[in-house]
Amino acid sequence: MLPNEYRIMKDFMLGNQAVAEGLYEAGVRFISSYPGTPSTEITEFAAKYDEMYAEWAPNEKVALEAALGAAIGGGRSFCAMKHVGLNVAADPLFITAYTGINAGMVIGVADDPGMHSSQNEQDSRHYAIAAKLPMLEPSDSAECLEFARDAYDLSEKFDTPFILRLSTRVSHARSTVEKRDRVEHEIREYVKNPQKYVMMPANAKGRHTVVEKRLADLQEYVENCPFNKIEHGTDNKIGIITAGTCYTYAKECFGNTVSFLKLGMVNPLPEKLIRDFAASVERVIVIEELDGVIEAHCKALGIAVDGKNLLPKEGELSPELIAACVLGKKPDFKALDEKIPVRPPVLCPGCPHRGVFYVLNKLKLYVSGDIGCYTLGAVAPLNAMDTTLCMGASISALHGYNMVRGENDKTVAVIGDSTFMHSGITGLANIVYNGGHSTVLILDNSITGMTGHQDNPFTGVTLKGKPAPNISIEKVCAAVGVNEDHIKIVDPNNIGELEATIKAELATDEPSVIICRRPCALLKQVKRLPSLKIDTAKCKSCRACMKIGCPCISMKDNKAVIDDTMCTGCGLCEQLCRFGAITK
Amino acid sequence: MIKNIMIVGVGGQGSLLASRILGRAALDAGYDVKVSEVHGMSQRGGSVITYVRYGDEPVYSPVICKGEADVILSFEQLEASRWLPNLKIGGAIITSTQQINPMPVITGAAEYPTELISKLKAENVNVLAADAVDIAKKAGSVKASNVALIGLASHVLGFECEALRSAVAACVPEKALEINLSAFDMGVQAAL
Repeated sequence: MLPNEYRIMKDFMLGNQAVAEGLYEAGVRFISSYPGTPSTEITEFAAKYDEMYAEWAPNEKVALEAALGAAIGGGRSFCAMKHVGLNVAADPLFITAYTGINAGMVIGVADDPGMHSSQNEQDSRHYAIAAKLPMLEPSDSAECLEFARDAYDLSEKFDTPFILRLSTRVSHARSTVEKRDRVEHEIREYVKNPQKYVMMPANAKGRHTVVEKRLADLQEYVENCPFNKIEHGTDNKIGIITAGTCYTYAKECFGNTVSFLKLGMVNPLPEKLIRDFAASVERVIVIEELDGVIEAHCKALGIAVDGKNLLPKEGELSPELIAACVLGKKPDFKALDEKIPVRPPVLCPGCPHRGVFYVLNKLKLYVSGDIGCYTLGAVAPLNAMDTTLCMGASISALHGYNMVRGENDKTVAVIGDSTFMHSGITGLANIVYNGGHSTVLILDNSITGMTGHQDNPFTGVTLKGKPAPNISIEKVCAAVGVNEDHIKIVDPNNIGELEATIKAELATDEPSVIICRRPCALLKQVKRLPSLKIDTAKCKSCRACMKIGCPCISMKDNKAVIDDTMCTGCGLCEQLCRFGAITK
Repeated sequence: MIKNIMIVGVGGQGSLLASRILGRAALDAGYDVKVSEVHGMSQRGGSVITYVRYGDEPVYSPVICKGEADVILSFEQLEASRWLPNLKIGGAIITSTQQINPMPVITGAAEYPTELISKLKAENVNVLAADAVDIAKKAGSVKASNVALIGLASHVLGFECEALRSAVAACVPEKALEINLSAFDMGVQAAL
C-alpha cells in the first residue's frame, strides 16, 4: 500500500487525463488501445509519460489481448476503448475473467449517452455482469485518478481485471485532482500454469469455479469497500441511489436535503448496504443513465424503488431533466420566437472525402458506408450513403448485399484507412475468397480523423512518435488476393479521374479496390492554399458549386460567395464551375 | 455562489481554448471549477457548447441547463440565439457578430434569421455584440478571435482584467502570446 509521506500535488485535469495519471501512479507499464470518442485522450495522455509504454493497436480486440498478455507476463497493464469497442473486444473480455491476471490489469470503457459521437447508446454495465468482472464508475476527475490507481492493487488481490466505466461527461470534463508520486512495481515472476491460462474445456471447467468463487468474494468486498459512500441528508424522506456523472446531477438538483448512496463500484452491486440504506429512508429513487441496472438489482432484492418509471432510458440525464421528472420543476427562461436552423456537423473545408461523395451522389450508387468522418457523406447535399452499421461493415455487408441482388456495377463500399485496418481487411478477404465482385473505396487520409488525429499502422508513426514500418494499403489488398490491375490509387480532389476510375472498376467482374489518397486537410503538414475567389460578373447563379456541401460557399444576393476565412483553396469547387467564375 | 459561463460557437472556432483560459482564471482565484467539453463528431463544423462553472462552494454538475447561465459567450449570432434559453433571467450575452451559415441554410432548406441581435435586445436581454474576428485581425491573427471575445466579456466574467491576462498567458503558446494579449486588450477597449 501507499506510504504516508506521499507528496500530494493539486492539478486541474480532464477526466481522461486523470485516468492516465492514475495509471502512472499505479506503476502501469503497458497500455494498448484503439481510439474511440470519448475514451481517446486516456491513451494519448498516458503516452506522454516516459515510464509507461503506450501504443495504438489495430482494433480493440487486439488491444485487450495485448494488455492481457502483458498482465500475464507480469507487468501492470491497461487498455481503453469506447462502448462499441468493447463489443469488438468482447471475446477476450470474457476470457480474462477465466484466466485472471498475474500483474494488475484495468480495462477502461467510455459510454456515450446522448450519442455525441457514436452510432448507438449502450450501457457497458451489462458487460461487467455478463463477463462476471468487477466494475468501477468514477463521477469526476479526482475519482478517475483514484479509481484507476486503486484498481490495480485490487486487481492483483482478486486476480481479475477491473473495468473502469466512464461516460462523455466524466471523460471530457475538467476538475481538480490530487496527484501523487508513481509507485514502481517490478515485473512479476511468470510461472507456467496451463490450468489457469490454457482455456480448453478441461481447464476452463475448473476456472469457471474460480470465477464464481471470486464473484462471491467480490460480493463480500463490495459491502464495505471505499468506493461506495453514504451521505446523510437533513431529513430521511428521500434516499437516492446513484453512480457516476448522475451523482453530480442529482447533487446539483437535491443538494444536502436528501440522503445519497453513491456507488463507485457498480458490479457486483452491494446487497446489505442497499437494504440498510433503503431502510433508513421513506422513499428510494434510483438515478442512473441509460438502463435501469441498479433499479433491477434493488427490485430483485425486493426493495421498492422509483427509477425508470420517472426517468428516461434514452439520452443523457441532466439536473434539469431530473428536476422536471422527479420534482416536476420547470426552469424559467427566454427564447426567441424564431426558427433557428440546426447546425449539424459537416465535412471540413478542404476535406478530401468531399470529392468522393460528390461523385458517388452523381453516379447514384448504393453506398455501403462505415464509421469515421466520412459518415458525414450521408447528409445533405451529398446524400451519398445507404448504410452505416459498425466498424468494417461497409465491406462485409456490401458483399452480402451484392450476393443477393447481383448489382455489383451499381454499388460500392467506402471505408477509411484506419477502419480498414481495424476490421475491413477480413471483409475484403471474404469477397475475394467467395468470388464476390464488389468495388471497395478506401478513403486514405493518412490518419485516424474523427477521433482527432491518431496514428495507425498505415501512417508509419507510432503513438510515441517513433517511425514505424509503413504498412502499405495496396500491398495488403494484393496480399488478400485482389488482382493488382484492379487496385487503383486516385486523388479524390481530381473529380474527373475519380469518376472515370469508379466507372471502370464497377464494370469489371472481379473484386476491385480504389484507394482515394489525400491527407486530412487538418493535418499540420498539409499546406493551406490561398482562398479561392468568385468573379460575380461570371457567376450565372447555377449553384453547381453548392452541390459539394462546402461550408465556405453560400449564396448572397443570388451569387455564390466564398468565405475567405475558412476556404483552404482545395480547388474542388473550381472544377464544378462551367463558367470559370471560380479562380485562385 | 456558483457562476455559470457557456461558450457556444461552431466547431473549429477555438472554444476549447477559451474554456481553458476561463477555467485557469477561476482556479487562480481559488474557486472550485468544472469545465465540460465535447470532442469528436460535433467538432466537425457543428454547434459546439462548452460549460465553465466555478464558485466558492463545491461545483457538482459539469453541465449548465436551461435558465442557468450567467454569461453566454458566443462566437456566432445564430448560436447566441440558439442557446438563449440557457441564459439566466438577467444574464448577459456577449457575442461576436460573425455569421456562419449552417448546412441547411447553404442547401436552401432553411433560412438564416435576420436581425438576430436586435431581436435578442427586444427580449430585454443584456447583449453586447462586436466583430471579434475583425478585432483579432487587427491584433494580428484571426485565430485570436476567441481571446478577443474574452476581452469583450471581461466586465461580466467576474475577474479582474489582469487575472484574465495572466490566464491567457498561462494557456496560449509563447509565440502567439503577444498577438493574443493585444487581441484581449482590444476586446476590452471595444466593450467600453
